[in-house]
Amino acid sequence: MHWFVLYKLGIICKLAIIDATISNAILAAIGILTVLIFKFYQPGKANRVYRAVYVIGVVFVFQFLLVHILKLLFEGDTLYLQFIERSMPIRAVVALLVISFITITHWMISYLNEKELTEKNQTEIEAMMREAELVKLRQQIQPHFLFNSLNSINALVISQPLEARKMVQQLSEFLRGTLKKDEQKLIPLKDELAHLNLYLEIEKVRFGHRLKVETKNCENCLESGIPPLLLQPVVENAIKFGLYDTTGDVVITIETKLNDHLLTVEITNPFDQETQRSKTGNNFGLESIQRRLYLLFARKDLLKTRTENSNFITTISIPQLK
Amino acid sequence: MKRAIIIDDEPLARTVAHEYLMQHTDIELVAQCGDGFEGVKAIQQLKPDIIFLDIQMPKISGFEMLELIEDKPAIIFTTAFDEYAIKAFEANAIDYLLKPYSQDRFNSALDKWRSGASKPEERVEKLLNTTQLYAEETNRIVIKNGSDIRIVPTQDIHYIEAYDDYVKIFTKETYYLKKKTMNYYESVLNSNDFFRTHRSFIVNLKELTRIEPMEKNSYVAVLRSGKKVPVSRTSYSQLKEKLGI
Repeated sequence: MHWFVLYKLGIICKLAIIDATISNAILAAIGILTVLIFKFYQPGKANRVYRAVYVIGVVFVFQFLLVHILKLLFEGDTLYLQFIERSMPIRAVVALLVISFITITHWMISYLNEKELTEKNQTEIEAMMREAELVKLRQQIQPHFLFNSLNSINALVISQPLEARKMVQQLSEFLRGTLKKDEQKLIPLKDELAHLNLYLEIEKVRFGHRLKVETKNCENCLESGIPPLLLQPVVENAIKFGLYDTTGDVVITIETKLNDHLLTVEITNPFDQETQRSKTGNNFGLESIQRRLYLLFARKDLLKTRTENSNFITTISIPQLK
Repeated sequence: MKRAIIIDDEPLARTVAHEYLMQHTDIELVAQCGDGFEGVKAIQQLKPDIIFLDIQMPKISGFEMLELIEDKPAIIFTTAFDEYAIKAFEANAIDYLLKPYSQDRFNSALDKWRSGASKPEERVEKLLNTTQLYAEETNRIVIKNGSDIRIVPTQDIHYIEAYDDYVKIFTKETYYLKKKTMNYYESVLNSNDFFRTHRSFIVNLKELTRIEPMEKNSYVAVLRSGKKVPVSRTSYSQLKEKLGI
């Protein structure tokens, strides 16, 4: 554009080609310098005044250089020198426009880059926080369970050494299962049930005849996906709730169904209506399951609880993405 | 011969304690109980010298069970992991066994008891008036009426009144006596539901119908049942703030 304007001036006077080359060279040099300066020194968003002052200052420098160089080159050509004098305001305006344009463009590009970068960082941080929270929610193995299991083994070592050995193996396998799981990936229900079963075997040793577990699984459910280690805390909650709220035998039922791309797992435990009137499963175990399901599926309706007669029923739904 | 009772809901945990106890020929195991109800009954009938008591048990916890017993035997607490209980033990210098515990650890707890150096009863009383025994706040109160044990949900309480060393807990039909302090109930009851209107009174806010002025600068809270409960001057302004009036 600049060249074109100067070319039009060139029709009036051939000398203008040299003039144009020089003024554009100076302008280009100033432009590059501007980009370099702002690359290393970024005045904050608020510092607009600084940019304006810089642009005006640079225009003055440009004018000064241009006048002196042209005067040196065309010494003696009075007519042309007069033309230079007269055209100075226009040159200044053009220079002002060009430099402003460079500064603003540069500023906008770097602003957008920066914004993109912060946005990227933000999403990365959010993803990391989500992942960390999921890991934390998953790793809540109840110390109570662990130490009581060890205490049971301690008892079995003398009276039933083979049983003790079996329990050590079950406990190890259970603990191993809780360690290396990819939080984001769903695992087949049958794997989750196998892990749950290890836990239940240990609990049965601890509580002896009092604890009975009935499972009803539909055949085509077993390959459905479920977040790892989701069921165990719910069943643990049901056992605690059931065993600590009643003194007789406790039957926990686990039932799975698959309907319309939705896997549902229903866990039922008995409770005492008289003494637990105010409790509606307001315990930490279920809260963290609720939170996990929300982080994974962005839905708050996947965990539901209800009471039926003297049974407390927890229902978990897992959408099947197929 | 000293007499002992083991109270734990896990059969294998009782086995361990029993086995360790067999090393001590001066102590006879007179009963093993699987929950707090059985525990109360056995302690009253058999009058043991010492009990081994688990904390987390069905229906009523080890602590709730102790609240129901007047002449307490010596107690050795056993627990796997109860953060708040352990803190309370430490604070009151009460000996406890962490499961799984060893024979040596078990022996030293018994030695401490035999030496009689410590009088633990007082400390246990203090422990039971400690507020932070459980992670969760209290939502029920365990009460013994003769041989009958009742679990009263806190929302059934209308108000609580101080009564010498005891408190009277009033429900719709009746009242229960409990050897606890007003401060204890003030701190364990949910502060959204209960309010201490007076040095000697805690009121269930759901039962509150209105506040009436009594002669100069004093007020009474009128409950749904018609009962009038005094409100002290300092409590009055706090109560007004709480109710947003």
